[in-house]
Amino acid sequence: MAKFRRNRFASVLVLFFALGLVSIGFTGINKLVTPAAAKIGSEETLVDKGSALFAEGCSTCHGLNGQGTSDGPTLAGVGAAAVHFQVSTGRMPMAAPGAQVMRKKPSYNEAETLALAAHIATFGPGPAIPSAEQVNEWQNASLAEGGELFRTNCAQCHNFAGSGGALTNGKYAPSLGLATPLQIYEAMITGPQSMPIFSDKTLTPESKAAIIRYIQELNKSENPGGMDLGRVGPVTEGLVLWIVGLGSLIIFAVWIGARVR
Amino acid sequence: MTNKFDINNTFDPDKEDQAPKISKEITTKLPTAAKGVDHYLRRTDTDPKAARRAEIQVATLFGASSFFTLVFLVSFVAIPREKKIAVSLIGVTGGQNLVLGVSFGFAILLIGIGAIHWAKKLMSDVEVVQERKEIKPADDVQQEALDAFRVGAEESGIGQRKLIRRSLLGALALFPLPFVVMLRDLGPSPKGELRETAWEEDLHIVTDITYQKIRPEDIPVGNLVSAMPENILEIQEEEQNLNERGKSAILLVRMRPEEIKSQQGPDWDYQGIVAYSKICTHVGCPIALYEQRTHHLLCPCHQSTFDLADSGQPIFGPAARRLPQLAITVDEEGYLIARQGFQEPVGPSFWERGA
Repeated sequence: MAKFRRNRFASVLVLFFALGLVSIGFTGINKLVTPAAAKIGSEETLVDKGSALFAEGCSTCHGLNGQGTSDGPTLAGVGAAAVHFQVSTGRMPMAAPGAQVMRKKPSYNEAETLALAAHIATFGPGPAIPSAEQVNEWQNASLAEGGELFRTNCAQCHNFAGSGGALTNGKYAPSLGLATPLQIYEAMITGPQSMPIFSDKTLTPESKAAIIRYIQELNKSENPGGMDLGRVGPVTEGLVLWIVGLGSLIIFAVWIGARVR
Repeated sequence: MTNKFDINNTFDPDKEDQAPKISKEITTKLPTAAKGVDHYLRRTDTDPKAARRAEIQVATLFGASSFFTLVFLVSFVAIPREKKIAVSLIGVTGGQNLVLGVSFGFAILLIGIGAIHWAKKLMSDVEVVQERKEIKPADDVQQEALDAFRVGAEESGIGQRKLIRRSLLGALALFPLPFVVMLRDLGPSPKGELRETAWEEDLHIVTDITYQKIRPEDIPVGNLVSAMPENILEIQEEEQNLNERGKSAILLVRMRPEEIKSQQGPDWDYQGIVAYSKICTHVGCPIALYEQRTHHLLCPCHQSTFDLADSGQPIFGPAARRLPQLAITVDEEGYLIARQGFQEPVGPSFWERGA
């Protein structure tokens, strides 16, 4: 009996050890394949810098002139705001094709990102990067109005607490926890991936500012119970209750019924 | 039927002739149902030291419970209510709440664990079977109950006093009537309310929450607008409820005209702008999870998916009917208006809806 029990624990340990090895290995490989940011000379103009970076980092999929290839869409008319959003959130350059391009550590610094945006904006007219004054307007916006607008226009996908949620076929709306006010603004005017556009005419800059204010408030609000459990409501809360609560009840029941030697 | 628990069967540590496993002769002395079951003695049955250890363990568990009760009492007074503490894995939380919860939980849990440990290790460990009682009572008990009933009936005189008997029967017969009458309050019938919305010809389409009129050029391809009829606030004011808001909510999206595969009526779009009810035809959740690349609209409640490029047909999930489309155009000032009301009821099915 004792020997059998040792064997059982041993297999669990081996499993955990193997899982650990795999995760360490994966992290290492991820670090290796992340491209190093290119060096830029200070004498070049913004667009020229962007052009060099584009040829190196983007043209493989988007084409040398941003005309698009079978691996990536055309960039004509996407505008500087879309480029800044995609690159500053690390979504572009993309690690691997899939249903959803995920947020990761950005591959380019802010100066390089702006240069890329300036270069790609020359491909065709599109939304420009919103100015700092436009974005910072959120500090004066109405929180209550922001909440109302958020629940009407955003919460359906990004969840009532901005935690994101599932869409169809493996796509999802990401959590807003890491998004900066500028990135939120850019996402609303450019509609990245599955997200629709919320133009300045149908969702005015004041409304956008109010929404950003509400998201900032959501992100810094405390979790009364300590653990946030993903802030997705009864799904994870129920899961924890079922697994931890019912699980411990079952363990006690098995213990009570077990024969004593 | 007696309880066959045999108190004499418990282990006596002073007797030397007892083997760890009960011998055949002892087994025959056990209650009948336990025959044939191998009865093992526990270590605590055979080894006084083990029994003593178990006793100490149980006492320790009870002692720990007392300790946690004291912790509860002390922290109730000592920890300020507004104090926040950071706990790894849990995060920042109210310190007093956490300590109160944990100490109270352990105080009661340890009593339970101690009691079970005590029962398992030290209390009598004999297999006991209680025979099921017969359902039918003994004849004399049955007769006694019948007699008591007959005596009661005779003493009440219900057989002789016809007036009382008949008035009682009458009262009992009338008593259910209020329940029948109260069925009226299930009404009044909603009549057309389930079939009609506020939308009608020439009504302006306005953005929800901000209530601004919309021009087609305000909506670029890929844009999503949650919209309402222009008079929604007046209706809400008048009706003092949100019913109309629940029915009239629509979504406006613009796609390239060549992407539109079909619509519910000829040219119900305006230059690629289509308007659909925001209310799921399954059970009426508001849907706005619009994927601008696929034109799929996903309901968050039960994952019904509608294709807005193809008449709002359901392509996945429990919804059986398409989302009703609203025909739109522009007025002479260039603002989007409805060409007519919805041509079919919006939202989920109801009894009289028809196909």
